[in-house]
Amino acid sequence: MAGHAEEPQVVVLPPNKEKIKKLWTVAGILGAVTVAEFGVAFTLHSGPLKTAIFVVMTIVKAAYIVGEFMHLRHEVKVLMWSIIIPMAFVVWMLVAFVYEGMQMSQINFLNH
Amino acid sequence: MAHAPATTATASATSVWDGGSSPLGVSYGKLMMWIFLLSDAFTFSGLLITYGLVRSQHPAFVGDHDAFTFSTQYWPVPEKVFEAVPFLHGVPMPLVFVGLMTFILIMSSVTMVLAVEAGHRMDRKAVEKWMLWTILGGITFLSCQAWEWTHFIVGTDVPTMKNVFNHATGIWEQIPIIGANLHVNQYGPQDFADFFFFITGFHGFHVFSGVLLNFLIYFNTVTGLYERRGHYEMVEKVGLYWHFVDLVWVFVFTFYYLV
Repeated sequence: MAGHAEEPQVVVLPPNKEKIKKLWTVAGILGAVTVAEFGVAFTLHSGPLKTAIFVVMTIVKAAYIVGEFMHLRHEVKVLMWSIIIPMAFVVWMLVAFVYEGMQMSQINFLNH
Repeated sequence: MAHAPATTATASATSVWDGGSSPLGVSYGKLMMWIFLLSDAFTFSGLLITYGLVRSQHPAFVGDHDAFTFSTQYWPVPEKVFEAVPFLHGVPMPLVFVGLMTFILIMSSVTMVLAVEAGHRMDRKAVEKWMLWTILGGITFLSCQAWEWTHFIVGTDVPTMKNVFNHATGIWEQIPIIGANLHVNQYGPQDFADFFFFITGFHGFHVFSGVLLNFLIYFNTVTGLYERRGHYEMVEKVGLYWHFVDLVWVFVFTFYYLV
């Protein structure tokens, strides 16, 4: 097919070194946070503190994946908020149901 | 068609309502992908919220961490459940294998974003290379998951005793349970196994679909479709989906394996 008269001329640009370096930096951060999660998993005993640290670390990872890899941080602000605001309500729902479950456990398993 | 009215598909670029502008500054396809991903996030949230509710209803294991044993009476400590690694039978390595799976998926997300970057530069060879690495990462992850599921279903060497009411004799009996499925579960309450299969299964199905889509993109790149089209936007759209799959795993990893 190459050299065919109707084939469009393709101009291949050189790699964007700065951009690629930034992507690998984000990858490094994601890897480092995962390693840190392992550290916490084996040093702290389970409890509210451990859970809180894991939740914060997960949000950091999610922010880098959505913001940089999915490019949302660099999109129009309205698009960004259209995604974040509905998810914020979902997080509220999660917190509410976990709390509800804790209250229910005091009824269900009272005799155990 | 030189004098076509502005209401046809050949509308001028300034006409807002005939496709002349892009709401929210992204193309139609990308915006639809974002809306799909938002709805898919709701589905996964539904699973994780139900899991959170049911788990917090169950009593947690109390006592010395090292003295933990499986029981259907309390929710298990996840790192005691997921501590097996292939070819190392009987060697407890908590969360090592699932950590490796997490690493594989993050790396395949990185190679995907490098494919997108290559697409922006119209570099077909580089897109092909990075798409192949992404597909390889996806297949490796699925293979790991197949092994993990097999291990979870087959069970450990020591059975867990479960109290079962025998309707024929009218007395409570202790029966040994090895492995887990949707009927029995040696690691803890039945819900623990059910949520494991549903959440990781639903995610695994997304990874599987993602690998198929990635292969389609790779195929179209190799045949030169995107080069003739003049842009590699399909790589970006499927890339969004692939990153989403990675994102969901980040949450599953934290809420099912770590907490």
